[in-house]
Amino acid sequence: MIHLRGITKRFGDYPALHGIDLDVAPGEFIALLGPSGSGKTTLLRIIAGLEFQDSGTVLLGGEDVSSLPVAQRHVGFVFQHYALFRHMTVADNVAFGLSVRRGKDRLPKAARHARAEELLRLVQLEGLGSRYPGQLSGGQRQRVALARALAIEPRLLLLDEPFGALDAKVRKDLRRWLRDLHKQMGLTSIFVTHDQEEALELADRVVVMNQGRIEQIGAPDAVYMNPETPFVSHFVGETNRLPVPGTAAGSEIHFRPHEITLAPDGAEALLVDNVFRKGAVWRAEGLLEGSGQFVELDLPSSGEAPRLGQTIRFNPHRARMFNANGDQTQGETR
Amino acid sequence: MSMAPTSESPLARAALITVALVFLGFFLLLPLLAVFSEALRQGAGPFLDALHTPDALAAIRLTLLIAAISVPLNMVFGVAASWAITKFQFPGKALLITLIDLPFSVSPVVSGLIFVLLFGANGLFGAWLAEHDLKIIFAVPGIVLATVFITFPFVARELIPLMLEQGKDDEEAAISLGANGWQTFWHVTLPNIRWGLLYGVLLCNARAMGEFGAVSVVSGHIRGETNTMPLHVEILYNEYDFVGAFAVASLLALLALVTLIAKTVLEWRFGLHAGARH
Ligand SMILES: Nc1ncnc2c1ncn2[C@@H]1O[C@H](COP(=O)(O)OP(=O)(O)O)[C@@H](O)[C@H]1O
Ligand SMILES: [Mg+2]
Repeated sequence: MIHLRGITKRFGDYPALHGIDLDVAPGEFIALLGPSGSGKTTLLRIIAGLEFQDSGTVLLGGEDVSSLPVAQRHVGFVFQHYALFRHMTVADNVAFGLSVRRGKDRLPKAARHARAEELLRLVQLEGLGSRYPGQLSGGQRQRVALARALAIEPRLLLLDEPFGALDAKVRKDLRRWLRDLHKQMGLTSIFVTHDQEEALELADRVVVMNQGRIEQIGAPDAVYMNPETPFVSHFVGETNRLPVPGTAAGSEIHFRPHEITLAPDGAEALLVDNVFRKGAVWRAEGLLEGSGQFVELDLPSSGEAPRLGQTIRFNPHRARMFNANGDQTQGETR
Repeated sequence: MSMAPTSESPLARAALITVALVFLGFFLLLPLLAVFSEALRQGAGPFLDALHTPDALAAIRLTLLIAAISVPLNMVFGVAASWAITKFQFPGKALLITLIDLPFSVSPVVSGLIFVLLFGANGLFGAWLAEHDLKIIFAVPGIVLATVFITFPFVARELIPLMLEQGKDDEEAAISLGANGWQTFWHVTLPNIRWGLLYGVLLCNARAMGEFGAVSVVSGHIRGETNTMPLHVEILYNEYDFVGAFAVASLLALLALVTLIAKTVLEWRFGLHAGARH
């Protein structure tokens, strides 16, 4: 459906994207995940045709659209701050893409309104068509923006930080709702987020970006369980990093707080200096004896809470090793 | 507003407010009242007579004509310049921004002289114009040119900060939904800027009708032909026709008052905020 080849983009001297390659299958729900400034929005805008790459090609449905403007690409774009037309009613916003059509594609007014109503029903905003965007809540505005983008029957839906401006509760509801909507419609979609939880929960595949490069592409479970670079290991989920003694400088082993086994004769010993409940587990933090590294561990909350000053002996039962270049030198268990 | 940590003592505050009010009263209110009282000194009859002289009527007509030409022109120029500056990147953009402010930074008399140097009898295009029997200086076209130049910044200065603040998202959304450039401007941009635009047009109009310096240089002061209202006021005043001078001046003052009231209503009603005001 989407094929990106060698996309690069500079803003002045600043390289925003270096050689991005990405393939998206029809119907996939893709998350672009990365910290702020990693180039996610820029990539999304290049796919839409709102921005143009310096080099590389964009193929949509087998067609080379590299130099087509957004109007001819037929994609739905949902802006981070919704960009609703504040002087138009919700129904007019949704029908905008239909009412600017000219010639034989132009639907009569009644048909446009019926279509707008239908879309408002789809996004569960029935009956709010005569309101103005200023009279809606953040979550409702987001859904109007989505309905407006869907009105032109795009072949692709692009969403920039769709939940970024919402509070936690609304975010969670809307997240589930969007996933259901995607299942129902099967429209190929890419959304941008800096929230790993969001990406892992929603996406079929997660594209992790850092400093204008793709670090890893994979199913949420694969990205979480088998991060291929130190960046992914650190950015997606929580990770403890320990220098590896007796290897070249800069080598590290990474393990997650729960990837440990408690053992009285364990190789590592944590001196606990902070304990709190983290959902279903106890989280113990402190420094390792010997190396003095800061480490976080998750312990089953069925047991007794660890005490401050206690020493916990453990072995990481699953870990990944990276050398100074960030190459994985040894994966999986040890 | 809550008390800022730097807020003054009540006494100092009262003193400051008094000074400001006295200053306003002395420099703004008093002259305004003086204009109307001078105009009506001999009653309503002479006041109306003074406005009914052929020269006064010609001056009023000319002023309205000048405003009717230059305000729409600057409305279009101002919107186009603001649109270009805020929505696009192009070489020479910084220069354009600087040029927009030029009419505010040179003396109006100098602005007028520039047009005389260009189009006057001894000016750059003077010979060519004379050959083709075209008259710009000491004629209506010259006054229009000078007025357009002087009032160019008002609309653009009003719109640029507003459009910068609004960003490009709405326009990009419209284009992504298939709107063409004109549809985007008409259905999205224009409604977003309409109150700021009205405000700029109001100020532009007030200045177009009231401009003295630049117009004085290019007009030639031909009675009944190239005298605008401000120029007519000066002539009458120099001829010791005080009732006549102040009668016409009171019309200009009235225009100023109407502009101020309309401006206040706009600010109050639509919460336009201060910024780039002149
Ligand atoms: N129009 C622009 N002009 C200059 N720099 C830009 C522009 N858009 C983005 N950038 C820069 O490119 C980098 C990537 O930006 P962006 O794609 O918005 O990142 P993200 O969406 O991942 O936060 C940032 O450093 C940003 O400052
Ligand atoms: Mg972004």
